[in-house]
Amino acid sequence: MQANEAASAPFSTQEVRARRDARDDRLFGWLLKGCALLVLASLLGAAGATLWGGRDAFAHFGLGFLTSSEWNPSDDVYGALVPVFGTLITSFIALLVAVPISFGIALYLSEVAPPWLRTPVSSAIELLAGIPSIIYGMWGLFVFAPFFADHVKPWLTNYLGNQPDDGKVSWVAAHVPFIGRMFGNDNPFGGSVLTAGIVLAIMIIPFISSVMREVFQTVPTRLKESAYALGSSTWEVVWDIVLPYTRSAVIGGIFLGLGRALGETMAVTFIIGNKMKLSPSLLDPGASIASTIANQFGEAAGLQKSALMALAFLLFVVTFIVLMIARLMLRRLAHKEGR
Amino acid sequence: MLSSSLYLRRRVKNVIALGLSSVATLIGLVFLAWILWETLRQGIGAINWNLFSKISVYRENGGLANAMVGSLILDLLGIAIATPIGVLAGTWLAEYANRTRLGESIRFLNDILLSAPSIVLGLFVYTIVVLPTTALTHGDTTFSGLAGGIALALIALPVIVRTTDEMLRLVPSTLREAALSLGIPQWKLTMQILMRGARSGIITGVLLALARISGETAPLLFTAFGNNFLTFNPMDKMPSLPQAIYEYTKDPDPAINAIAWAGAFVITMFVLALSLLSRLILSRNKVSHD
Repeated sequence: MQANEAASAPFSTQEVRARRDARDDRLFGWLLKGCALLVLASLLGAAGATLWGGRDAFAHFGLGFLTSSEWNPSDDVYGALVPVFGTLITSFIALLVAVPISFGIALYLSEVAPPWLRTPVSSAIELLAGIPSIIYGMWGLFVFAPFFADHVKPWLTNYLGNQPDDGKVSWVAAHVPFIGRMFGNDNPFGGSVLTAGIVLAIMIIPFISSVMREVFQTVPTRLKESAYALGSSTWEVVWDIVLPYTRSAVIGGIFLGLGRALGETMAVTFIIGNKMKLSPSLLDPGASIASTIANQFGEAAGLQKSALMALAFLLFVVTFIVLMIARLMLRRLAHKEGR
Repeated sequence: MLSSSLYLRRRVKNVIALGLSSVATLIGLVFLAWILWETLRQGIGAINWNLFSKISVYRENGGLANAMVGSLILDLLGIAIATPIGVLAGTWLAEYANRTRLGESIRFLNDILLSAPSIVLGLFVYTIVVLPTTALTHGDTTFSGLAGGIALALIALPVIVRTTDEMLRLVPSTLREAALSLGIPQWKLTMQILMRGARSGIITGVLLALARISGETAPLLFTAFGNNFLTFNPMDKMPSLPQAIYEYTKDPDPAINAIAWAGAFVITMFVLALSLLSRLILSRNKVSHD
């Protein structure tokens, strides 16, 4: 019916209509573009707001803010070293634990598991990503940290630490540099840098393993089949064909996990112990940037608030760079695929 | 003989590697089961009617009713803000800016926003919403449910943008060409034809975003702030389930910890149900596309 109307209408009405459509299209395009620019604005805004909020701290402490380990609200002196160190070390532990396990999971799901088992197992692993971080925090605080303190920590201090319960320093602690100090402590609680790192590892495993599994499946079948035809074992195909082919994306997936670990707040806040003191021991409590902000921002004022904002800015910049590398690495494989 | 020992070595290596990969999977599954089991065990034990009917835990037989209502308001607020913006932005990426430089950069930045630290986004909203409202109202309104909703919207936004973008790009271009050849303006094509094709995918994205924000605590700490009382006013400090869990977990009293476990159970079930539902919609959608 509309078509009939248009056909019988005089030429000018058609033109009016065409103009109106063109105008509407332009407005619609601008509206859409405006919404898309909001994504850009929120990233820039987050960086700008924290930099602005932290300006007093940056101006007051200068570069010393990064190198000072003193965090003392009663003297109004703030240095970022303890939380920065805590963030880096917990994330590093998380990667150390999560990368081999995630690789194993991806390998199992793409090469080892019988086909009927793949979907349920991968859905289960992905469920780990859906659990809110506060649940990880509670579980870590009430379940995992006590378990760790009772069953794992005594073993670590006795066999690797320099202050074992029986006073006999083990061979490993005596001969491998730093090991003794890394596992030496007298902290009776389970909450520590190490437990925080392990819980972070569990949290990032689903992210890393799902990226790895996805990219493993992009390897052309003919490549793998040629290797099998030459007599390679499954492991050799994975190690010599699949991994080299997907290397950049695998690294991208690992960096994606690192980005998650760096910024994770609630779980770490529960478990890390929140002590603003630098310690070489992984079994001692520490603090991360996110946990420091979560703990102190509510009651902070003046220079302390500014120092916390400055910490947030540092965290944002570091995660931004890590995530950028991750996405660039992931994109590389996609380009190779011609996508 | 040399070749047979080499063969043996390779086979042993293969068996060990594949065995270790099964062990790694087992480790992942054990932790999942352990976490869910504890939440289930400690949570179900603490569930009772008071939890849903009484407010504020610090009174006798307290509950989480205020936190649940607050969470509902905050989550809906977040989704209500993020959905239109996210869907339109995703549409722009897929339909207007595909393969343009600005489009590619925004798609890239959106992926980064997807994993940006939520506590920093919370501080951002604190700066742009909480501080100005405090100054404008001379301290009458400081932290507010509105600020919390905006913070959650910032977390939901990239999820919605991404799914909308991906789902629209799945719509076959013959559909676009057919519609355009009939002389339909592009905005009508987008809103009335393409959106219909991508609808279930976009709904999935919104559900996923809801699942994501309903468990978020960090961005709410300094925006919604929490409240021991029931409130429906978005300009008031607003409680939320994750934040209540956070506070009750820190409490030394085990009875209050138990309420935190009950809250954890409720929230975990909610999030898992949402992600199952969205997966169901997505898989049904995939089948119909093939």
